Amino acid sequence: MNDALSFRFRMPLGNFTLNTTGEIPISGVTALFGRSGCGKTSLLRCFAGLEQAGDAYLSLAGECWHDSEQGFYLPPHKRAIGYVFQEGMLFPHLRVRDNLLFGYKRTPDNQRSGSLNQVVKLLDIAPLLERFPAQLSGGEKQRVAIGRALLNHPRLLLMDEPMAALDRGHKREILPYLERLHGEANIPIIYVSHDLDEVARIADHLLLIEHGEVMAAGPLSEMLARVDLPIARNEEAGALFDTQILQHDENFHLTRLGFAGGELTVGWIDLPVGERVRIRIHAKDVSLALDLPGPTSILNILPVTVTEMAAHGRGRMIVKLDLGGIPLLARITQKSQANLDLKPGMQIYAQIKSVALSL
Amino acid sequence: MIGPDDLAALWVTLRLALISTLLLLLMGIPLAWWLARSVSRFRPLIETLIALPLVLPPTVLGFYLLIALSPSGFIGGFWQAMGGHGLAFTFTGLVIGSVLYSMPFVVQPLQNAFSAIDQRTLEAAATLRASPLDCFFSVVLPLARPGLITATTLGFAHTLGEFGVVLMIGGNIPGETQVLSIAIYDHVESLAYGQAHLLSAGLLIFSFLILFLVYRMNGTHLLRKEGR
Repeated sequence: MNDALSFRFRMPLGNFTLNTTGEIPISGVTALFGRSGCGKTSLLRCFAGLEQAGDAYLSLAGECWHDSEQGFYLPPHKRAIGYVFQEGMLFPHLRVRDNLLFGYKRTPDNQRSGSLNQVVKLLDIAPLLERFPAQLSGGEKQRVAIGRALLNHPRLLLMDEPMAALDRGHKREILPYLERLHGEANIPIIYVSHDLDEVARIADHLLLIEHGEVMAAGPLSEMLARVDLPIARNEEAGALFDTQILQHDENFHLTRLGFAGGELTVGWIDLPVGERVRIRIHAKDVSLALDLPGPTSILNILPVTVTEMAAHGRGRMIVKLDLGGIPLLARITQKSQANLDLKPGMQIYAQIKSVALSL
Repeated sequence: MIGPDDLAALWVTLRLALISTLLLLLMGIPLAWWLARSVSRFRPLIETLIALPLVLPPTVLGFYLLIALSPSGFIGGFWQAMGGHGLAFTFTGLVIGSVLYSMPFVVQPLQNAFSAIDQRTLEAAATLRASPLDCFFSVVLPLARPGLITATTLGFAHTLGEFGVVLMIGGNIPGETQVLSIAIYDHVESLAYGQAHLLSAGLLIFSFLILFLVYRMNGTHLLRKEGR
């Protein structure tokens, strides 16, 4: 494929082997998702050239960066990449401004696109420019690190759990910027994470890594809807789809969303009617009923068809449902499944307790 | 009160200290970088050799250097074969001795400073288009600045105050190998306490000032980095 990052890496990694082959589309955000220590960071380091696997092949859009069979290896400083480390790794002896310009100054004129001002605006870091890294909070450091990587004019932006070292508050501070980056900067991003909610918010494509191997890969919404992958066992498992704002109900402070499979009523969303909203429905927030239940406090009850079921963990099931062409996941107990005598093909009702926005 | 011999000794001392410090840095920086990053099994051997002057009496080092520098010796022979005029009791010989003797005072602070730099900071520079050499000058040396200042000062000050090795290999030739420390010794031997006082106090104040400046510089540097 000519518009992809093609790779093959084989190298020992502690007590297992990194043994990966695959292709990543060079557009949007691709998440390398997996448990801690599964080899996803090593894979990212191989992309950057920071790690040299014994058996390696890597090419970006047909341009070879690493081919161990030909004895060819392009060192990191000759690859046009941006790399964001977990802890930022800003240069402590340089002010924020000079950190930002470190890669910029070393980029040939004809490869430069975008300016310091644009990046500073995108990340809201104008007040930080004259400070030293030691004077920044964790979240500010990461924003500067992202800006520094962007100003390197990368053809590929690699991010190694850029929010892992941050507490919840600072994560909330960074996420909107990552989403903005996704929308505004036309740079393919590869994003390492072990946090499914984070991935669901920013990724388009997902590579599932287990024990140093690529277990599955595909578009995010498809991957999140699969019941045969370990992702479905995750506490945060659930479907993801796009909706549109239909109407606001000011009396009850609610918003109505429309999508191919029907409508949902959710808490007030401060966006104009007609705006697209990506939402996520966690499997743990969906319960099932054979008939339309009587009066209930649950606002969203939708007719669905059971398509697939899989046992996950002790006494628990994950059920895949079809909601007018859109997949939905529900987590129920095996006892409930036996009580309802659920089988693929059955028409039932899904009661949705809550909807998470993934703006 | 200060005689022409004293002025000559001052000049020899300063020249020796400056040249030695320059050579020490030129050799010590790459050596310390290698020691800080290498996983070679020769590393402990090199570290031991460099540290030896710390524990040996200067006379031991001076004695072996005298033999090595003599026309029949290892270094002196080579020097003469290259067209030199013999090294023992010359200024060049003093420089060689000083460099060897002060090496640990330069290499160790540098090695510590280099070791303290996070490998990932260097990786960050590499992903930002900096070649290894570029990275060394734009990231490693600035980050090792306190270590660099300490190494320079210790190298300079230690050469300034050297006595034993100089006496063994340089002797006491005014204007050529007589340095301040030896001039002071001579004055004391000949009971010229006034001159000994003058030179000693001069060295004392000078050394105090250099060290004080260095500690102040390193101090403010640290404060700035901690964001105060």
